[in-house]
Amino acid sequence: MATLSNTAVLLGKEVRTEFRSRELLTTTVVFILMVVVLFSFTFDPSESESRRFGPGLLWLAFLFAASLMLQPCFLREQTNDTLSALRLAVSDPFAIFLAKLIANTLFLFLTELLMLPVFAILYNVHILSVTGQLALVLLLGSLGVAIPGTAFSAISAQARMRELMLPLLLLPLLTPVLIASTEATAALLDPQPVLRKDWLGFLAAFDVVFLTALWLFGEYLLEE
Amino acid sequence: MTPRAFSPTGIRFEKIEKRYGGLHAVRRVTLDIAAGECVALAGRNGSGKTTLLRIAASLVRPTAGSVTFLHDGAAGSAKTIRTGFVAHATMVYDELTAEENLLLFARLQGVEGATARVEKLLGEVGLLERRRSLVRTFSRGMRQRVAIARALLNEPAVLLLDEPATGLDPQGVSWLAGALRAMKGQGRTMVMSLHGESEISALASRGIRLEAGSVVADTQSGANLKSILTFAEG
Repeated sequence: MATLSNTAVLLGKEVRTEFRSRELLTTTVVFILMVVVLFSFTFDPSESESRRFGPGLLWLAFLFAASLMLQPCFLREQTNDTLSALRLAVSDPFAIFLAKLIANTLFLFLTELLMLPVFAILYNVHILSVTGQLALVLLLGSLGVAIPGTAFSAISAQARMRELMLPLLLLPLLTPVLIASTEATAALLDPQPVLRKDWLGFLAAFDVVFLTALWLFGEYLLEE
Repeated sequence: MTPRAFSPTGIRFEKIEKRYGGLHAVRRVTLDIAAGECVALAGRNGSGKTTLLRIAASLVRPTAGSVTFLHDGAAGSAKTIRTGFVAHATMVYDELTAEENLLLFARLQGVEGATARVEKLLGEVGLLERRRSLVRTFSRGMRQRVAIARALLNEPAVLLLDEPATGLDPQGVSWLAGALRAMKGQGRTMVMSLHGESEISALASRGIRLEAGSVVADTQSGANLKSILTFAEG
């Protein structure tokens, strides 16, 4: 119970500081927008090409943007040694991870929802009839990115060459999430859209496995 | 300052050792600190003062040995006994106001009547009028006041202070000395790392000098205490 109430308090702090500075959301939106627009200008894809390559491109943009977004997650806790203050204050260190990963998922999901109409217009794909199902895929995919991403952000914040460390550790690990999310998105952009429950199940299982690992071993990642 | 709402607590460091790879930060340190004692840890940079304090606060796991907090005849740790920690860094968020910072940590620690407690502490550290200002707009001295208020939120029985006067001007040091004197008067156990003599070191009833991670002097007598603190300079 204390873990959940601590998580709620910390989530409030994460959301308040982000909406006060808007640093992460602005950077991520601009990055995804640049990738999506540049690719569209470079290839000028037809409708069938968009359906074929669009989902992969979209998820690659989300993935790279997420690695940018996750970088400062624990790094900014080092500025004034606030991570130590949090560790002293909470009864369960998992609350620190839980709050950060919920905040990261929320910010990433919000960015993706904002970018989806831009993608639909530039790549001439129809998303209106499948918006709800696409949102479900985006949410599970974002969670799949944010859970290991938050853990690796804690590790890389204490390492040398930390800016390079996070993408190097994270991107290979997220290959299964990239494949599952891309396949599930592609199936929804098809002329006969279908919600691929096998890929959704895979994403949900990935999220559960990594969340359990974080719950079991997260405390050690915060130690000095 | 707030009236006493805690039980006197002593600290026992038993054969504490901390190694970072081949580097010995702390070497088999054994110390008994009595409840209500005010101890100054002195020593040159890298002598192990900060590591010892962070081990006591449960922020760093020792390679060997243990730290026990003795409280009402029972034993505990910094996780179970109310402990306040003031570090070299302020440990507060620049992007939050003084009030938001204190409320955040009060709620995390489950402090009852958090809003009233925060308001009281802000008054005690002289920041009530600036409570809605972002901490990043504060001077170093004001940030240190927020840091001290944060450490006192849960009425700690033990205060661990790592160079608490860092960055403070003489006026700030005087304020801090006054605040610590009041806390000492309330019977809180205090362990503080210091550099040289100051108004703050004058509060210490015991001085311990560390060199290369080992205790090389431990005294309670006035003249020796002064020499321990003076030696630490530079």
